[in-house]
Amino acid sequence: MRLTRTLALMAAVVAVAACQDKKQEAPAPAAPQAAAPAAGGAPAGDKLVFGHVASMTGNEATFGDSTDKGIKLAVDEANKAGGVKGKQLTVKTLDDQGKPEEAAVAATRLVTQDGATVLLGEVASSRSLAMAPIADSNKVPMITPTSTNPRVTKDGDKTRPYVFRVCFIDPFQGTVMAKFARENLKINNVAVLRDVGNDYSVGLANFFAAKFKDLGGTIVADESYKAGDQDFKAQLTAIKNKKIQAIYVPGYYTDVALIARQARELGIKVPLMGGDGWDSVKLYEIAKGALDGSYFSNHYSSEDPSPVIQGFVKKYKETYGSVPDALAVLGYDAANVAIDAMKRAKDLTGPSIRDAIEQTKGYQAVSGVINLDQDHNAVKSAVVLAIKNNEAHFAATVNP
Amino acid sequence: MTEFLQHLVNGLSVGTIYALIALGYTMVYGVLKLINFAHGDVYMVGAFSGFYLANAMGVGGSPSLAKALVVFVGSMIICGILGVLIERFAYRPLRHRARLTSLITAIGVSFLLEYGFQLPSIPGLGIPFPPGPTPRFFPEPFTRVAWEPFGVYVSNYDVISFFTAVGLMLLLQYIVYRTRFGTSMRAVSFDSQVAGLMGINVNRVIAGTFALGSALAAAAALLFAGSRPKVDPLMGLTLGIKAFVAAVFGGIGNVPGAMVGGLALGLAEEYVSGYALSSYRDGIAFAFLIIVLLVRPAGLFGSFRPEKV
Repeated sequence: MRLTRTLALMAAVVAVAACQDKKQEAPAPAAPQAAAPAAGGAPAGDKLVFGHVASMTGNEATFGDSTDKGIKLAVDEANKAGGVKGKQLTVKTLDDQGKPEEAAVAATRLVTQDGATVLLGEVASSRSLAMAPIADSNKVPMITPTSTNPRVTKDGDKTRPYVFRVCFIDPFQGTVMAKFARENLKINNVAVLRDVGNDYSVGLANFFAAKFKDLGGTIVADESYKAGDQDFKAQLTAIKNKKIQAIYVPGYYTDVALIARQARELGIKVPLMGGDGWDSVKLYEIAKGALDGSYFSNHYSSEDPSPVIQGFVKKYKETYGSVPDALAVLGYDAANVAIDAMKRAKDLTGPSIRDAIEQTKGYQAVSGVINLDQDHNAVKSAVVLAIKNNEAHFAATVNP
Repeated sequence: MTEFLQHLVNGLSVGTIYALIALGYTMVYGVLKLINFAHGDVYMVGAFSGFYLANAMGVGGSPSLAKALVVFVGSMIICGILGVLIERFAYRPLRHRARLTSLITAIGVSFLLEYGFQLPSIPGLGIPFPPGPTPRFFPEPFTRVAWEPFGVYVSNYDVISFFTAVGLMLLLQYIVYRTRFGTSMRAVSFDSQVAGLMGINVNRVIAGTFALGSALAAAAALLFAGSRPKVDPLMGLTLGIKAFVAAVFGGIGNVPGAMVGGLALGLAEEYVSGYALSSYRDGIAFAFLIIVLLVRPAGLFGSFRPEKV
C-alpha cells in the first residue's frame, strides 16, 4: 500500500518535471520572440515583478538585507514617479539562506511562478553563478548588484546574454588592493588566506597575488580555510612565523572578523586586507576592534563628499535610520539600471529589456557612472577603506 | 620551535574539545551499542543554551566569573535534560527493534534539531527562538589575559578551557570506575539483560548515561566558544562527525580511548594544516585515521569482540 503511494508520488514528480522541461524548451527553436512573454512573465497584469534572490538569513544575512532595502527604495521612488510605461512595480524577495542550491530554487520559482520580469541578485558570486543559467534559459534579464567573479556573466568564452552586473570585477578589485599595498603602504611581504570553497574568495586571492608579484612584492604564504570553519589558529600560526607585513583575507565578514580576533589572540599585529565581502556593520560588531589598522577595497564610501552619494545617504537614513553600506547602494543601482532600461525598451518582454540593459552607457548611478562593457561588467572606480577605532573611513580612490 | 609549541597549544585546545564530545559517543555506544548521531547537534544546542543564558544575564555588559559559571552549569543541565528526552522518546521505544532502526532515528533526531533550529523565530516569545540560520556570537564572559612564554601565545581562556576539560574527564573517569552508578553502567554495558535481572534499573542507567554525555557536549561547546564565538544551527555537523571519528579511533566504547582519540585528531589537524597545505587539513587528518584503523581495526584502546549483528 505504502509502496504504491510512493511510486505514484514519484511518478507525479517526474511528470511535472518533464512538463516544465517541455515548456522551457519547446517554443524556443520555433519562435524565440513569441516565447518571451510566456517565459518572461509579462501577463502579471498592471504590476511588474522584480524578483529578488537574497541571503536574508544565514552567514551573510546583512548582505541580503541591505540590497533588499536598496532595491525597495529605488522601486518606491519609481512608483511615486508613475511607474514604468504606466505600470507599477513590486519587489518579490525570496531568501536563499546564503546557499547556492537555494538560490537556484528561488530564481526558478520567481521566474516560473511569480512571473518576474527582471531578476535581481545575488550579492555573492557563488549564488549568482547558480542563478545565471536559469536567467539565460528562461530569457529573463538578471542584474547582480555586487557579484564580482568574472564567471558570473561569462559561460566559458561567451558572454551570458541575459546576465549583467553593476559592479566592477575581481581582477580589478584584486589589482586595486595589490597596488594599494605596494604603492601606498610600501609592503613587500604578504600572506594570503583564502576561503577555498568560495569562487569569490579564490578569484580575488589569485588576482591579488598575480598583481602583487608583478609589482615586485612576495607572497610568502598561501593558506586556506573553509567557510564555516571556526578555528583558524593553525593557519595563522603558520603565517605568523614568516616575516609578513600584512595578510590578505578576501572572505566574507563573519569569517574575517573571527580570523582577525584569533590573529590578535596569537599576537599577530600586522594589518589585514580584503575586499568588498567585508562590508557589513556586523564586521565591526564581531571583530570588536581586532581589525583596526586594516584595509579593504569597496564600491563606495559614505564619506565621499560627492552630492550624488551624500543625497543618497541622506535619503536612505531618512527611510531606514542607518548609513547605507555598499550592498545597499548597489542594490539601489541595480534596480535603477533595470528601471531605466525598461523605460527605454520598446516593450516589456525579456529580450527587449535585455537589449536595453545592454545599451546602458553613461548612466549616473550612486556608486559612479555605469558603462557596461561587452562582457556585461560595469567599468567603475573602486575605493579603499581604512578601519580605525572599529569604523571604516575613506582612504583612497583607485581608477580602472 | 616556537611555531611547533604554538601548534601544540592550539592542537590541545581543539583536541580536548573533540575528546569531550567523543566521550558522549563512546558512553552511549558502550551501554546501548547505538551510535547517537544526534550527539553533534546536542553540542549545538549546548552552545545556543549558553548563548541565550549569557544574554539573559547580561554577560556582554558586565562580565564576571560567577555569571560565567552559571551559564556553564546551566547549559550543561539543559543539555543533560535534552539528552534524557531524546533517549526517552526517540530511542527507548525502539530499543528492542533491529539496531538499524535506532540508527535511522538518530539521524532523524539530528536533522530535526539542525533544521528545527533554522526555522524563523516564533513571534511573541520574548527571545528569538528558534534562532534561524543567521550565526550568533558569544559575549566574552571575562577579560582576556595573554602570556607569552618563549614567544608562544597562551591566554587565560586556553588555560581555563584545558584544565576544565581535563577536570571533567577525570570526574567522568571517577564516576565510571568508582561510583555505584558507574558500576551499574559498566554492568549494563556488559549485558543489559543480566544486569536487569541483578536488580539494576537499566532504563535509569541508560538515561543517566545520555544525561552525562550530553552535559559534556554542552561543556565542550562553551569551552570551544572562548576564542571561536560563532554559534549556528549547523555547527554540530562536522564537529560531531569528527568527534565520532575520534571515538572510533580510540576504540569506541572505551572512555580513555575517546580522550586520546580526540587529542590525536586535534593535533593531527593542527600539524597538517600548519606544516602542510591547509586545504588538505581534514583530508590528511582523516587519511591518517583510516590507516590507523586498518592496522588496528578495534581502535587504539578497543578490544576486538566478534559480534552478531
